[in-house]
Amino acid sequence: METLSFEEAFAQLEAAVAALQDGQMPLERALHYYEEGMKLAQHCSDLLEKAELRVQQLRVTVDGAPALEPFE
Amino acid sequence: MLFLDTPSILSVSQVSRYLKELLETDEVLQDVWVRGEISGCKMYPSGHCYFTLKDAEAQLPCVFFKNARVRSAAPELRDGMAIAANGRISLYERDGKLQLYVEDVELIGEGALFLRFEQLKARLAAEGLFDASRKRPIPPSPSVIGIVTSPQAAALRDMLRVLRTRYPLARVILSPALVQGAEAPAAIAEALDLLNEHGEAEVVILGRGGGSIEELWAFNEEVVARAIARSRIPVISGVGHETDFTIADFVADYRASTPTAAAAAAVPDIAEWRVHVLELEQQLTEFMEAFLGVQREQLERTKRELLRLDPRYQLERLQQRLDDTSALLQARMQHILSLRGERLRGLALRLHSLSPSLTIARGYAIVRRDADQTVITSEQQVRPDDELTIQVTNGHIHAIVRQ
Repeated sequence: METLSFEEAFAQLEAAVAALQDGQMPLERALHYYEEGMKLAQHCSDLLEKAELRVQQLRVTVDGAPALEPFE
Repeated sequence: MLFLDTPSILSVSQVSRYLKELLETDEVLQDVWVRGEISGCKMYPSGHCYFTLKDAEAQLPCVFFKNARVRSAAPELRDGMAIAANGRISLYERDGKLQLYVEDVELIGEGALFLRFEQLKARLAAEGLFDASRKRPIPPSPSVIGIVTSPQAAALRDMLRVLRTRYPLARVILSPALVQGAEAPAAIAEALDLLNEHGEAEVVILGRGGGSIEELWAFNEEVVARAIARSRIPVISGVGHETDFTIADFVADYRASTPTAAAAAAVPDIAEWRVHVLELEQQLTEFMEAFLGVQREQLERTKRELLRLDPRYQLERLQQRLDDTSALLQARMQHILSLRGERLRGLALRLHSLSPSLTIARGYAIVRRDADQTVITSEQQVRPDDELTIQVTNGHIHAIVRQ
């Protein structure tokens, strides 16, 4: 779960909610979607809280191609 | 002095002729550009224009004949204009007047800049570079944002500050460029091309803080306009102040009034995402509650059936537990709704307290058929003599189905 990006985790959370809305499933599956969904929601909020803007710089290498390097 | 002792005496005409030839054989004076301010400008019905070109210390009479004027397509001349005039200098013998016979006129200073601006704007507009149909939509949640600006400029710090506050999920790629001076237009174009070649940026912000017309001039150059037009990545321009409009603004896919406005336009507000996650979490809980509600109803029905079949079966304890759970669920739902605006962590904790494992402790039972461990949710699933195990919090109740 930790490796999921915000966009991925959010999409999976939406899917869990949609599945649970369906209602026609055994109790265990419902529980599974519920618990997974809660974990995904927590992961999303953690990412939002901890997010830090990353800044990089482009330069031209010897062979003329663009390359990324750390900013300043 | 005696008449016969003086060196040769020339006539006026001879002196004039001599001067004229002197002037007309001088290479410099026969094709010279002279700059100065126009004064005493007069246009005659003949179409010829006479004026004086002056600076602080001197002045030069000029004549701009009709043919030359038409050929040069020079703008209309007015007193006070700063111009550079091209032509030849000669002497008009009849008046004894030194004159610049003008062949061409160029505006210089602010007037010149303005004219160039209008001409380029008209030309590019005619090519369709400003058309609304050409403008591409800005992606709603870009993960990578390109910025073209000077690394030392305050504009960059301002843009990064806005991005950090509004959407720290993103990654910024700076493609540095001079934004002022003669090398700036080419530098800006190269920086834009480099971002396109690298390919990761989903939107590019072209930013430069406020300044005078001359300081912003690079963004009025054709080189920059072409680079924006050929950019595959959508471009947001954020140049200068609220009321400054550069050619770059017309060609860009979106124009913002300042660099910080451009940064704000490039990304959504992260606060919106926080609300979305909260809403989904609430829906998750609501659907789970509804689901459990259905389960509870089924359990109620099974219980009533059992009671009907054998009144001796004591289910008071279960009934009490069910009532308690109902009340608890009601209270919890109220509480959740009133907490909608609170921080996520607190909400998550409260919601977790309703997780089914704890709810089971409060009176839910999971009914399973012994033979295959299937969870029973409907009376249709069981037959007489089936052995069932009812799981409650502190153990299991074995039951056999009568009917």
